[in-house]
Amino acid sequence: MIKITEKAIDVQKVIDTATSLGAGAVNVFVGTVRNNANGKNVVWLEYEAYETMAVAEIKKIIDEASHRWPLLGWAVSHRIGTLKPGEVSVVVAVSSPHRKESFEACQYIIDTLKEKAPIWKKEVFEDGEEWISARPIPMTVSN
Amino acid sequence: MNKYTIKAFGVTKDILGGKEVPFEMTGKTVGELRAELNGRYPKLVGLKSLYIAVNNNYADETKELSVTDEIALIPPVSGG
Repeated sequence: MIKITEKAIDVQKVIDTATSLGAGAVNVFVGTVRNNANGKNVVWLEYEAYETMAVAEIKKIIDEASHRWPLLGWAVSHRIGTLKPGEVSVVVAVSSPHRKESFEACQYIIDTLKEKAPIWKKEVFEDGEEWISARPIPMTVSN
Repeated sequence: MNKYTIKAFGVTKDILGGKEVPFEMTGKTVGELRAELNGRYPKLVGLKSLYIAVNNNYADETKELSVTDEIALIPPVSGG
């Protein structure tokens, strides 16, 4: 299951989808919205996706992960729209016979998703907003 | 003139001024499209990266475009 959704993610449902009776491990990554960035308070985040391509890219990542590790089940759900600090933005769940490969596969999937899936977030601060990584030189704030 | 439609996401939506923008040019490849876009929207040049996707796949510069292709601008992604 690959899902891009505006609704709150049901983490348990993602886990259940990835679970398999032959599995000895289910590994889950839950990404949440942080309340700060570069020393500033984040009021909310706006997530946007190129949905058809995001699903296609995530499928390629899952296919590669399934090729590298013996996955028995998997599910990825990514939220879009307006998210407040503490809310769940992404859930990746995989199951495999043993724990080691489940950790590795889950990390590979979330790391590669962040690199390749056409999904964007805009941080909205009290005094402005900014698309993440869009500027040539990352904003730095000295304390 | 070839009449393409460009989907824009993230910061490129702000730079192009819309989610879907008609775009006419004589060029036929992704590389030519990039050069035309950079000329008409100089702010694109300042982005850390800009990929162009054709029909839901990242495309290289030599890829030939058809006016029916789904063309999209992919600025630096930040999902997760």
